Amino acid sequence: MMIIRSVALLALATTLLYFAPSHAQTARDQISIVGSSTVYPFATVVAERFGQTTSFKTPKIESTGSGGGMKLFCSGIGVGYPDITNSSRQIKSSEYQDCQANGVTDIIEVLIGYDGIAIANSVEEDQMSLSLKDIYLALAKRVPNPDGSASFVENTYQTWADVNPVLPAKDIEVLGPPPTSGTRDAFAELALEGGCKQFDWIVALKKSDKDEYKDACHSVREDGRFVEAGENDNLIVQKLQANPNALGIFGFSFLDQNSDSVQPSLIEDHEPDFDTIADGSYPVSRPLYFYVKKAHVGVIPGIAEYLTEFTSEASWGEEGYLADKGMIPLDEDARTSAAESIANLEVMAEP
Amino acid sequence: MNHTDPTDSETSDADRSSTDTLGMTRSDTTAKVKASIKKRYARERRFRLYGLIAILSSLSFLAILVFTITKNGLPAFKQTFIQLDVTLDAKTLGLGDEPDQAQLLKANYNGTIKKALLAQFPDVKKRKDKKALYKLISKGGQYDLQRQVMESPDLIGQSKTVWLPAGDDASGYLKGMVDVTIPEKKRRFKDNQIEWIESLKQDNRVAERFNWTFFERGDSREPEMAGIKGALFGSILTLMVTLILSFPIAVASAIYLEEFAPRNKWTDIIEVNINNLAAVPSIVFGLLGLAVFINFFQLPRSAPVVGGLVLSLMTLPTIIISSRAALKSVPPSIRDAALGLGASNLQVVFHHVLPLALPGILTGTIIGMAQALGETAPLLMIGMVAFIVDVPATITDPATVLPVQIFQWADLPEKGFVEKTSAAIMVLLAFLVAMNTFAVILRRKFERKW
Repeated sequence: MMIIRSVALLALATTLLYFAPSHAQTARDQISIVGSSTVYPFATVVAERFGQTTSFKTPKIESTGSGGGMKLFCSGIGVGYPDITNSSRQIKSSEYQDCQANGVTDIIEVLIGYDGIAIANSVEEDQMSLSLKDIYLALAKRVPNPDGSASFVENTYQTWADVNPVLPAKDIEVLGPPPTSGTRDAFAELALEGGCKQFDWIVALKKSDKDEYKDACHSVREDGRFVEAGENDNLIVQKLQANPNALGIFGFSFLDQNSDSVQPSLIEDHEPDFDTIADGSYPVSRPLYFYVKKAHVGVIPGIAEYLTEFTSEASWGEEGYLADKGMIPLDEDARTSAAESIANLEVMAEP
Repeated sequence: MNHTDPTDSETSDADRSSTDTLGMTRSDTTAKVKASIKKRYARERRFRLYGLIAILSSLSFLAILVFTITKNGLPAFKQTFIQLDVTLDAKTLGLGDEPDQAQLLKANYNGTIKKALLAQFPDVKKRKDKKALYKLISKGGQYDLQRQVMESPDLIGQSKTVWLPAGDDASGYLKGMVDVTIPEKKRRFKDNQIEWIESLKQDNRVAERFNWTFFERGDSREPEMAGIKGALFGSILTLMVTLILSFPIAVASAIYLEEFAPRNKWTDIIEVNINNLAAVPSIVFGLLGLAVFINFFQLPRSAPVVGGLVLSLMTLPTIIISSRAALKSVPPSIRDAALGLGASNLQVVFHHVLPLALPGILTGTIIGMAQALGETAPLLMIGMVAFIVDVPATITDPATVLPVQIFQWADLPEKGFVEKTSAAIMVLLAFLVAMNTFAVILRRKFERKW
């Protein structure tokens, strides 16, 4: 009895192993999307709506991170490879070369909008007003020598008042994402480097010693003042509620959803909202992209229609459902011209 | 270590009385033993106390965990609906005279819902207020309406009273999760929205029902429309593949290694390797799965078949090790008796040893399966950490699994996903309990005493 059962199970297992590969190279009837976890909450809304309002299957969206997505996307052409990759930054020239080398020659680039990065604290405390320079001085690993000479010293600022006397004399304590996160990269590039650039001699350094410049402007202090709180933005919001003295760094859509418990700090006198992020007066925001393989359009059913859905006013427009989810739309002219070039499947040039 | 004073003085008294005669008298020994008995009892009491404290503290942690999860998750099993009188006229829907299926799919159902809301509240005129009003109804409401119209297209041109799911914030308010004492500026759910909801309530146009949506649908980006069915089926399919592959292979290898294989260098090497495999981090199996099953064998990404293959690699060593232990624990007398009665080696194993070892083997299998159920890391590499709306039906359909679903919902900004996350954890726990109960029943059935 037992033998028969085991043999039957074994046989089943072998057939399973045997038959599965034959499934592999048959046509795929579902769009496969990979990439950034920042674009994920927006792309999924479009995908869901696309699945509900057309006869195509709902696209599958993997959240792999921008870099991981780009790697998968550039591995080749064919049903085994994703059709679209989301990215919270522009494709790098090295990635583009990688794509070319693997036969992914024609890539359509779509800039869909912006995502703001907020620095917020609990509503129980006073709202902060920071400049990029304050942020840089408070959080960088090395800061310019306070005596004014053109050299770096270890960051020893303990309170915000040490950084800038107009700020409150509260301990510096900032919760933010770990280095693996795209939000952290964008924060370093926009906020830290933005403050860093305000020192003329550091800008001069950029020309003479680029690596040193990047290290000085992008490194975050490691003495416990900046706390790596994990990739989950909800967790940072919860920690801010529990610890009113701390500031937290997270995406704008989380601010939008939690306005009852956290408030954004003003940066360069601007509070993050749809208008200030869209016109660039709020300085810490990053572009969101997705990239499409032209060779897959027409082969995998629905890609062209998905592009149409994504670039429709009802979706990425100012009153569209993506704005409801917290994405900052492009301005109208940019949308119109982008929608047109995407409808014509115009291929991007090498970055 | 609290040394009690009476014991000390007793010992020293006894010492004094005995030293002048023999050095060691009977009363001396008795006193010593008596003293040490007290100490030994105290030691035992302390040990028991430590054990009790350990168990009580872990129980209280468990209770806190279950309590918070249940408290957060219970509201997710209720769904709030709002009743509206919608007019399905072709003009608002943007349909021609003879609409085909594609047009029906694309029709402007949202427009009819907006119109119905404005008809309900004719005083709302300002653009901003209108936008706030529209948010009372879930974005998923239009798809409910769409389904009804697609099923019976003759609804077009008629008026219909429908129950539509309430929006994220509105249902949060109706479930009592909005603190109305916070100043309006800082609150997501504004005063005018509260007013509208209260007036709908008075007209008996608000209802709370059991949330079937949660069990009938796949993932969604609208918390009120999101369901667990996709992830649940994904988990079931993946575990089925895992069980079918790993159980027979593991039991067969355990039997061979334990009962038939000769003891030599090769079997030693195999044994060491199996033990090592059990300790390999699961992400490594994911990388292996990506390289072998997806890149080499060209199996589809995100499919339960690949997930099952990877997880069975992970559970194989666990089951093999526990199966070998179970086989080893069967008394040799049983084997000897069977052999003595003329059974062949194979008969001995399959008729006598295996049935007796089965309870232990099943325990090992269930531990392995429970591990596989909770695993997310290896699935990341093979594309099962994904947004998948359609419920998988076969092992090659794209799917995700319960722990991945929990992880993804926990990461989303919408407040409504907090309760969904906890509810999904409850479903995962229920699944685990069901699996364990099944194993216990099987074990009872096979258990034999001798």
